[in-house]
This record gives sequence, structure tokens and C-alpha cells, in this order.
Amino acid sequence: MSQKHKGCVATAQGPIVPKDQGTQAKPDQTTGGGAMQVMVGHPAPDFEATAFMNGGFNNLKLSDFGGKWVALCFYPGDFTFV
Amino acid sequence: MKLGVQVLAVSTDSRFVHKIWQAEELSKMVEGGVPFPMLSDAGGRIGRVYGVYDEAGGVDVRGRFLIDPDGVIQAMEVLTPPVGRNFSEMVRQVQAYQHVRRTKGAEATPAGWRPGEPALQVGEDLVGRVWQVWKPKVEA
Repeated sequence: MSQKHKGCVATAQGPIVPKDQGTQAKPDQTTGGGAMQVMVGHPAPDFEATAFMNGGFNNLKLSDFGGKWVALCFYPGDFTFV
Repeated sequence: MKLGVQVLAVSTDSRFVHKIWQAEELSKMVEGGVPFPMLSDAGGRIGRVYGVYDEAGGVDVRGRFLIDPDGVIQAMEVLTPPVGRNFSEMVRQVQAYQHVRRTKGAEATPAGWRPGEPALQVGEDLVGRVWQVWKPKVEA
């Protein structure tokens, strides 16, 4: 996990695309060149995001949690039912 | 019961909105507030990669991905916004995947399996004999 900042949190990278799959990479045959798609049995795409945790702000990466089971839960918005 | 699962909640809201939601509402539902990180997916960049970003609504729909300690997605569930999740099914799946992992893949769990129930010994001997070791149950 990145250093906890007292002031503003640095911008997060969002999705972290492996170097060999950068924008110059040839189209992915499985998705017809569209956005990277996830599939069971395949690695979860890594990313970095800003987060509210333990009462403060921090940046974290999915790969920070390697070695643990992770439940990654998306939801439409705060103040809705999760 | 401790499953050792790290929950990460993600929406397109900013971390600032997450903070206020925790303070204003979640802390009234769960004492001390929810204990897991709340991530901001501003612009839906992460949701796009996971196939859960709704371009028209500008939000991430309800998607849940169970990721094992090797970083591999083992299960996923995606719901449209009006219906909330059933966490007990996620817990059951975690228990089942953890069982499979403990047996290093030698065992598989049949439909509706719960901890303590017999699992299936995977192999050619099982072909055509599942009926002998497992009876389906239908839950109302």
C-alpha cells in the first residue's frame, strides 16, 4: 500500500495494464480488440484507486492484497443499498 | 466464522463522498462504520475493465468478483441496480472455493454444498456415480 499522505492524495492510475498489453499492443483476439474483459479462471486485472479507509484517504492497488482472498464489489453509488 | 476475505467496495463516487456516506449513514447501520476500504472509480475506468461500467448511467453496476490468493478470479456475479446482493451466497461460494483449494483441487463441491457436507472426489471413478454420493436438494 502506498504511503499515507497527510495532505492531498496523489491521483490514482486506474487500471494497470501490463506493459505487453499497452495501447500499442495488437488487438486482443478474445475481445475483438475491445476493452479488456475479465473471465473466471483468469487473473483479475490490477488497478490503483483512491480510497477512504480507516478514517482517512489513501491510494491502494488490488495487487496489495496478493495472498489473500478478495471480494471486489462494485455498486452504483453511495447512499444506495449495497 | 472467519473467512479471511478482504472486501473492497468500489463505486464511481469520490473518496470524499465515501467518507460522508460512512459518517452519515453506514455508521448508523454498522457500529463503527463498514470495516473495509471504499474505493473511488472516478470515470469508471476500472469498471470498464471489469465489464461492469454502465456508460449511459455513468455508474458501475453491482458486480462482485471473488479473487483467490493467486489473484485469479474464481467467481463473479453481476446484477442490474434495482436488486441488491445476497451475501450469504457469496459466503457459501468462498467456503466452497476454500475447500477446493485446501484439497489442491482433488475435491469439487456439488450444487448447494455447505461446509461439513461430503464433497466429490474428482476422477474417472466418479463418472456415472454421482447419484451414489450426492442427492440434490431443492431449497424453497
